[in-house]
Amino acid sequence: MITILSDHWQELLTGLGWTLLSSVLALIFSLIIGSLFAIMEVTESKVARTIARIYIEIFRNIPLLVITSFFYLVIPMYVVKVNGFTAGTIGLTIYTSAFIAETVRSGIQSVDPGQMEGARANGLTFWQAMSNVILPQAFRLVIPPLGNQFVNLVKNSSVLAFVAGFDLMYQANNIASITFDTINSYMVVGVLYLIITMPISYYMRYLEKRLA
Amino acid sequence: MKSFIDAYSWINLRYLLEGLWITVEVSVASVILSFILGSFLGIIRYTKIKYVSAIVGFIIDLIRNLPLLLIIFFTYFGLPNFGFKPEIIPATILAMTIFESTMLAEIIRSGIQAVPNGQMEGARANGLTYWQAMFQIILPQAYKKMIPALVSQFISLIKDTSLATIIVLPDLTYHAQIIYGQNANYIIPMFLALAVMYFIVCYGLSVLANYIDRRLA
Repeated sequence: MITILSDHWQELLTGLGWTLLSSVLALIFSLIIGSLFAIMEVTESKVARTIARIYIEIFRNIPLLVITSFFYLVIPMYVVKVNGFTAGTIGLTIYTSAFIAETVRSGIQSVDPGQMEGARANGLTFWQAMSNVILPQAFRLVIPPLGNQFVNLVKNSSVLAFVAGFDLMYQANNIASITFDTINSYMVVGVLYLIITMPISYYMRYLEKRLA
Repeated sequence: MKSFIDAYSWINLRYLLEGLWITVEVSVASVILSFILGSFLGIIRYTKIKYVSAIVGFIIDLIRNLPLLLIIFFTYFGLPNFGFKPEIIPATILAMTIFESTMLAEIIRSGIQAVPNGQMEGARANGLTYWQAMFQIILPQAYKKMIPALVSQFISLIKDTSLATIIVLPDLTYHAQIIYGQNANYIIPMFLALAVMYFIVCYGLSVLANYIDRRLA
């Protein structure tokens, strides 16, 4: 393990960087998209609710790998040339946004309906009430599940290896094929993944206990 | 448009369905094995046996926080170095079972925790041993409450089998890749077919689970 670490630390570090970058970007965008669909699900409009439902159910029930390779193969054919990293991050964003939408929706629904009624009665519009009153309370409730989503994102970002996304997993395969030392290459990369994911998931468990 | 009709020729469809069958086979085997192993791990973690539970809990946390893809690689390419070389399908089932059983262990542990303490106390007071009470009183109630969480984990297991295409598991995703690898016009039709097939299996399972959940409630 030590020799792999000392010989290949540059590749490993770049891999770690790309993995983190893709996870953070996907988290930010999927939070935005997911929250939008979550709000659509709790509006009065039947059309908006149906659209949100369809989006969420479709992307929750299709493998991430299928979504990611779709973007990797199809966007370059018709729209614009994208590299593996971009296609992978788009795939991750869309896949994760469906899960985040479900999480945020359950957060919004666990805020007392009196909050919305009170805010509306005080003259706020639906969107003002949503963004100033409901969402801040909802987000506080869903921080632990969102943190766990981020852990999932870091783990799921390993599908970037399928589309040459330069991430940790991709580097692990490269190092394994150069050194022929599969066990140690994968162990080093496993430790690097754990360094990111373990603290977050332990912290989220602590938060969950404190909130409960 | 013509490529759409050609893409869905009987030969291609049959080839996709063969892949779907492998996906289903691997998923069912992994679901059963990881459910048994996961229950076992979840009970150990809940029971608080001195040292054992803490060590098992730590190992569960380690595996849960690793990417499944890494575990698949490790099982298929790493294990042969220890003198154990599984075939592709058993290797996939092994990797899926290792990973999913740790996910299930957490679900099962929190399910057991959600059963009121009085159930265990009552059972013990009536003369059942700890394990009798666990298997006959606590677990049946716990599983009933866990159905939605268990099924969504099974759904993610089915989706995750697609990752094993990297070790050339001849599953649905891999068969679709073979078909569109031969003709670039088939890329979009094949992705559509993949999406539809996975959706039917996974969404069907969640509809079934909701139905069972409502019947039992």
